[in-house]
Amino acid sequence: MSGYWDPHIERMPLEDLHALQEDRLKSVVRYVYDHSAFYRRKFMEAGVEPGDIRTLADVSKLPFTRKVDLRDNYPTGMFSAPKSQVVRYHVSSGTTGKPTVVGYTKGDIETWSESLARALTSIGLDSDDVVQVGYGYGLFTGGLGLHYGAERIGAAVLPVGTGNTERQIELMQDLGTTAIACTPSYFLHIMEVAEKMGISIKKDTKLKAGIFGAEPWSLETRKRIEDATGINAYDIYGTSEISGPLFTECHVKKGIHVWADMFLIEVLDPKTDEPVADGETGELVFTTLHKFALPLIRYRIGDLSIMNSEPCECGRTHPRIMRILGRTDDMLIIRGINVFPSQVESVLMNIPEVGDHWEILVDRKGPLDMMTVRVELTQAGFSDKIGDLMKLKKNISKELKGVLNIAAEVDLVEPGTIPRSMGKAKRVTDNRKV
Amino acid sequence: MTEIKQISLFVENRPGRTAKVAKTLSDAGVNIRALTIAEAGDFGVIRMVLDDPEKGYKVLKENAFTVSMTDVLAVEMKDSPGGLYEIVNTLGENKVNVDYAYAFVTAKAERAMLILRVDDIAKARKVLGEKNVKIATKEEIQAI
Repeated sequence: MSGYWDPHIERMPLEDLHALQEDRLKSVVRYVYDHSAFYRRKFMEAGVEPGDIRTLADVSKLPFTRKVDLRDNYPTGMFSAPKSQVVRYHVSSGTTGKPTVVGYTKGDIETWSESLARALTSIGLDSDDVVQVGYGYGLFTGGLGLHYGAERIGAAVLPVGTGNTERQIELMQDLGTTAIACTPSYFLHIMEVAEKMGISIKKDTKLKAGIFGAEPWSLETRKRIEDATGINAYDIYGTSEISGPLFTECHVKKGIHVWADMFLIEVLDPKTDEPVADGETGELVFTTLHKFALPLIRYRIGDLSIMNSEPCECGRTHPRIMRILGRTDDMLIIRGINVFPSQVESVLMNIPEVGDHWEILVDRKGPLDMMTVRVELTQAGFSDKIGDLMKLKKNISKELKGVLNIAAEVDLVEPGTIPRSMGKAKRVTDNRKV
Repeated sequence: MTEIKQISLFVENRPGRTAKVAKTLSDAGVNIRALTIAEAGDFGVIRMVLDDPEKGYKVLKENAFTVSMTDVLAVEMKDSPGGLYEIVNTLGENKVNVDYAYAFVTAKAERAMLILRVDDIAKARKVLGEKNVKIATKEEIQAI
């Protein structure tokens, strides 16, 4: 169906692609060693010099970097480019600690936009499209990232940002929005508000594609969104440290294409740091191959995924990562068992009596961790027989236990009571005092 | 025969929820004929017979309540020993199951009114009719 933004690069034979990666890896290692005191020290501590990196496999000789390095070197201690070359900063919210600052040269902004131009083209968008950017603008990378990417393919951008949902829906109709980019939880909210306004996204708008990310979401949620609105919902991935949102699934929807000329990804066993095979779950580690203000070497994002390096049926040769299982930061440990909120979501979204919004509360009663999952009962799921409702509660508990391996209390709540989010949804409240 | 429409609501068990229901109906000028609350820990179900169920349903829905309409029977019960027995025994003998029931006494009538949700409403109507049990019509409930 859709074409390519840069067919030469996107369909490059693997051999050539690897040769390009190797060249760029050698250059970036030399570049950071020469330009960043942080990396020089780090390489020396690890006993490695740029000359030791001769092949792609040599990447394993390089030391890891982590979010804590960015924090410790706040604000710009890890930058490799001089301030005069930096044209923009973005700053993370710092919800889990000190904020982190990322920076871009003019070329970095170009590369970022190019990455998204390829991605947006791969889902069938072009200059005829109207792209409504419902990610936050400002210090968050989502809004401006998508904005530049969509402009690059010549689409008309509607820079609405987050919030003011009724107006977003009116503009969607008035300007004929064909694609929207926002968090999946915010889109669920838009769906709910549209329904209240008596507007059918399927019949009354031209929306055909959603580009959803910035938080983990499940295939079950994709199905709900697609069934209810008739759009195609695509997963987008990226984090501010590696520029921002960068990669999406293509129209085939079988994994997210990571542009190998820009990034080298490794998927490692988090315990041994050894690479896992294609198809096995591991932690994503990124090395930026074409980024100059803040290049990152073997950066451990903390996201768990599965890689597929087989060329895609869409014709692109670049490796794909499967839907993100969750960030190690988001993982809850309940009674010693690892629980990802995305697992809870995939169970709940398969149960028709459960509404689109939910939350997890974690508490400690005496020595025991207690997990409560609060779900909204849908109008269709409501039976006025108490026995039916108790049965539903029990069934949800059972389904959760089957996937999570731990018992969870289920609370049925009235629709509209769980807080709606405009940006990244806050699904978990952990009240345990550690 | 139009059945009597009972309004049922899903409510969380927290202060003020029942008051919100009552206020919503009161503001709309809808009168509650009978009401019962079944509770199950953190949530409950309010069941009501209203003088104007369609309007009640509409305003509750507009106020974002989870609400449903259910067909129920309203039967007159002798206000004397054995009044309830006669009714439920007839249903039981005819294999009609009662999901739930609640009763109320009206100011005018000397009889009590029993609201029944059964698994087979047509059959219940038939077997109770044969025993000469008086079944109230929608209009009669409205006019109480």
